[in-house]
Amino acid sequence: MTTVEKIDPQAAPQRERGATASLRRFARRHGWSYVFVVPSLITFTLFTLIPVLWSFVISFQRFSLARGGQWQDPLWENYIDAFTKQGGVFVVAIQNTLIYSFFTVIANILFGLVLASLIQPLSNRLKTFFRAAYYLPAVTSALIIGMTWRYIFNAQWGFANYLLRLAGMEPVRWLSDPDIALTSVTLSAVLTMPATAVVLFSAAMGSIPAEYYEAAELDGAGPMMRWWRITVPLIRSTTLYLVVLYTIASFEVFERVYAMVPSGVGNSTQTIVTQIYNNGFKDLDFGVASAQAFILFLMIAALAVVQFRALKSDVEY
Amino acid sequence: MAVASMRRRAGGRRSRLPWTGWVVLVVTSVIALFPMYWLFVNALTPITSNPPLTPILWPAWSLDNFRRLLDGNVYYVNWMLNSLVIALAITVWHVIFDSMAGYAFAKRRFPGREVLFWLMLSTLMIPIHVTVIPLFIVTNRLGLIDNILAVILPGTANAFGIFLMRQYIQTLPSELEEAARIDGASELQVFWNVILPLARPALGALAIFTFVRHWNDFLWPLIALTRPQNYTLTVGVANLQGEFATDYGVIFAGAALAALPMIAFFFVFQRQFLEGVRMGAVKG
Repeated sequence: MTTVEKIDPQAAPQRERGATASLRRFARRHGWSYVFVVPSLITFTLFTLIPVLWSFVISFQRFSLARGGQWQDPLWENYIDAFTKQGGVFVVAIQNTLIYSFFTVIANILFGLVLASLIQPLSNRLKTFFRAAYYLPAVTSALIIGMTWRYIFNAQWGFANYLLRLAGMEPVRWLSDPDIALTSVTLSAVLTMPATAVVLFSAAMGSIPAEYYEAAELDGAGPMMRWWRITVPLIRSTTLYLVVLYTIASFEVFERVYAMVPSGVGNSTQTIVTQIYNNGFKDLDFGVASAQAFILFLMIAALAVVQFRALKSDVEY
Repeated sequence: MAVASMRRRAGGRRSRLPWTGWVVLVVTSVIALFPMYWLFVNALTPITSNPPLTPILWPAWSLDNFRRLLDGNVYYVNWMLNSLVIALAITVWHVIFDSMAGYAFAKRRFPGREVLFWLMLSTLMIPIHVTVIPLFIVTNRLGLIDNILAVILPGTANAFGIFLMRQYIQTLPSELEEAARIDGASELQVFWNVILPLARPALGALAIFTFVRHWNDFLWPLIALTRPQNYTLTVGVANLQGEFATDYGVIFAGAALAALPMIAFFFVFQRQFLEGVRMGAVKG
């Protein structure tokens, strides 16, 4: 990396006196920089910063559209209600989200790693073909993918039960049996190929110098050994990035559930975000919904800290 | 021997893919593509109630379902136009202002640069579910529920594009900028005539990703738009499930037609898509 010495374009030194003069000098020097940044800064402040701060305030309030916000009596009341409301559905929702995330993230990373490894030795044309095949569903909205899976899992005429019938097995009520519904939703996510992982893993593997593999080969290492000892360790930072990416995405799962089981199957398909949505926009209980949104935020922030730590130790290593 | 070693690509293993590898690749591709395929096949087969028990695996090439979808019972064309206007407006905003901000953060020095950049960056991981509640309250007070602006405006706040543009512009050499300044170009001209043309690959990726993201966006439009004629495509299609509970043909057609533009878009800009995924990866 070359560092280029910055030449200040408007550094014409002029002697001006007083506050207005120095303000003018400041504007001449930096004016354009702020012109470039300010539009983004305004929308950022209006639509991200203020809403986040306000949402934090609301999470300690009883809020109604007509009367505005009033502080809760123990200030943290909403955070207690978040867990106890309706017999503690939110606890079930967190459990469901964690189960869903656990299997989805593991499957995504494994599929991504294996598929990227398998397309690595192929010709560029085939590589592009497979990458495109895996990526195509990712440009379609999660809602439509979810709807499609809903019909695949239809108990009467769905494709999944057709396969079971072919195999001589009993049909399954994939999405209406409360014991199975969450598994079905998770299965649909597991079977959706991890497009980003394939592309990123494949890029990371492509940047490993060929000499490493040649040296290992001379030492008599077989293909599996080389993969395990060279490829996997050298793409570790990509793996970590993807784990965090997919975990955040599955903590926030909503469209898929909304499309597959629109009204929910009892509590068995409630997730963190369906709870936020129900509390906020069906019950208009903004306080509890905000508290739950911040609990989700905390879970994600904790993950980001873990990622940061791991990357840091990676550098020091 | 020499030819063999020349053929070797960086990082590629010399060993050819064993047949088991091919099986895995083909099976996973089929699994990846089958749901979309099945959706289109059903959409192209005339179905007015439940689909047959033996699944349809080959299209009948009939447009009956699409005809019923578009004959005016639902506002499908409205939804499509709404989605188009929303996604386009947000994309135009991000292409212009993210590249400006990204340029300033990458190449210019000004007081507060670091603080502002890290402030924006740190909000990237805040889930939108935190902001939708205040946004709903304000939208409600301003009487903007069911107004397309209620969807467009919050979409303009997303630091991802600024980060992407900054990363890319940082890699550009500064000499060209300086040469332009010496030739008497104004700051706006430097940005417009020097930086923007050089940043075109990143701009393309940014435009594509922003457009697809907002075309597919669901949660906020679902909250902000309540009257059927104002829905976006994803919200409208989600509602077909309730309205046409028994006419599956219409639902399949609606879902397929909503997915089609993005699939076509992907085939046209495939390279930029895959390149963009790599560019957007935040490392460290």
